[in-house]
Amino acid sequence: MAETHSLQDLQQPAVSSKVFVQRDYSSGTICKFQTKFPSELESRMDKQQFEETMQTLNNLYAEAEKLGGKSYLEGCLACLTAYTIFLCMETHYEKVLKKIAKYIKDQNEKIYAPRGLLLTDPIERGLRVVEITIFEDRNIGSGR
Amino acid sequence: MKNCEYQQIDPRALSVSPLSAQNPAEKKVQRPRRKWEAFPGKNIFFCDGRLILARQNGVLPLTLGLIVVTSGLFFAFDCPFLVEHLTVCIPVIGGVLFLFVVASLLRTSFTDPGILPRATADEAADIERQIDTSGSSTYRPPPRTKEILINQQVVKLKYCFTCKMFRPPRTSHCSLCDNCVERFDHHCPWVGNCVGKRNYRYFYSFIISLSFLTSFIFACVITHITLRSQAKKGIVQAVQESPASVVELVICFFSIWSILGLSGFHTYLVASNLTTNEDIKGSWSGKRGAEESGNPYTYSNIITNCCATLCGPMPPSLIDRRGFLPPDEAIPAAAASEMELPPFTPKSDANMCTQSTKDVLERMLHSSDFHGLCPSGNPKTSPLVQEVSSSAPATAEPSLSSGCSRQLARQAVVDPCPLLTPVAFSKNNRRDSLHSINPAFRLASPSPTLSRRALVLGDGPDIGFIPQH
Repeated sequence: MAETHSLQDLQQPAVSSKVFVQRDYSSGTICKFQTKFPSELESRMDKQQFEETMQTLNNLYAEAEKLGGKSYLEGCLACLTAYTIFLCMETHYEKVLKKIAKYIKDQNEKIYAPRGLLLTDPIERGLRVVEITIFEDRNIGSGR
Repeated sequence: MKNCEYQQIDPRALSVSPLSAQNPAEKKVQRPRRKWEAFPGKNIFFCDGRLILARQNGVLPLTLGLIVVTSGLFFAFDCPFLVEHLTVCIPVIGGVLFLFVVASLLRTSFTDPGILPRATADEAADIERQIDTSGSSTYRPPPRTKEILINQQVVKLKYCFTCKMFRPPRTSHCSLCDNCVERFDHHCPWVGNCVGKRNYRYFYSFIISLSFLTSFIFACVITHITLRSQAKKGIVQAVQESPASVVELVICFFSIWSILGLSGFHTYLVASNLTTNEDIKGSWSGKRGAEESGNPYTYSNIITNCCATLCGPMPPSLIDRRGFLPPDEAIPAAAASEMELPPFTPKSDANMCTQSTKDVLERMLHSSDFHGLCPSGNPKTSPLVQEVSSSAPATAEPSLSSGCSRQLARQAVVDPCPLLTPVAFSKNNRRDSLHSINPAFRLASPSPTLSRRALVLGDGPDIGFIPQH
């Protein structure tokens, strides 16, 4: 039993804990996350950076769900083509989700991984939470 | 020592070598499983996860049948006469309407209504920690609610015991499908699916187009019979020549009342940005309490409400049906089906450091199914079994603990040593393993497949669960 445990230790750092940033429903049902800085991260990173990350994420989700001429046009076009148009092209929401995935990957590489943290894309958690995994501080160069 | 060939094999002696020898072979044999195959809700899937339908799909075949039969009779019996006497546009319009109705219906039925995936074990533990600050584990905790402000309006968020999360506003748990659905409108048996955020527009277009279709067919049939009776100088004669028209008349007459009524009702809901659920419960009508309660989600403009509901951006499906299950969760399912005990022990220990305590307890409970009956089993597991039973906070816990004890008792009766009869055990393992993939689900609601195998108490997940609508 112990053998497999230690082998895994060498391959990846152990997870110390997870922090969950919940949704903020003060503006209704739109997708928005709380920007309050969790206390568990105080020792690891800057409050400013965290809030900036969350704010950018919120802005991106707002862009995805924005009601405007463009989204109405897309909706009407889809209805007229009996929604077959989505076999060829992506919805606006999906395009923004790709942008968000790229942004999170970027942030992980630049800011969070060097500090032994990992942001999980909220879409993998059903847009319920932003999961931040805190890895044990072992001075391993590349935190994964 | 002389009878060593009949001696019971110690599974722990087997643990390392067969595992390493067999697992790579297992990995090759086991194809990667998609997430829909392990979906905890009561849904059925088609086309490898592309299409989703409620298990309780009620009268969807009847709906389709009625529409197809009525339209078929119309095209076969009324159209030839009407084309001859009036215009060729009639079957064309009828055809377009029919196709639109069927397309909308199929879209409504087979689209994910906005199901929220259940919380992972870590999330659930995090929420539980935040709520249960007292520390004592009560047997059945009171329903938890959280109050938030939306547009200066107080809204209560309820905690869903099945999905282990606080439901977002306008989300409701459908007891028929056992899922939390966003912007839950209602579960429509005619359509065989819930109507929620993602398929409301298709549902609305279905009922509107169906109203047009039934009215159109009704009008055409009346015209047909009138023209025929004028030509033949007698309505009875006309009816005798075209009996199908009477069938259509009857079907359309009864449908029109209900469909037109429903369309009108939903048009009102769309214009005021309400859901059927909210309207029925009177959430925003101000009947309850003296304080002013208006709908906090309305844009106070009919056109904006309509556009937002029907033409807004299409949110993606959150349940990721076609994604692949992570391989480390798929392996216990494969390994357990082939080899009963040994591979599970190292796997559960390796996972211990990465998962929450509850998850560990779940896995030990699962492994205790095997260990509990084997004399060389891990002595730790038996107290853990009781611990899980007493500490599990879910409302479905009584059925789970009694189910588990019944399960252990049954296995004890069946066979004292699992290695001698691999068949009986492997079937149990596979079923259990499939549902141990996310232990949070098992804790809250024993799966219906388990109940079908009469391992758990016969009742479905509704036992002890109060639908938090």
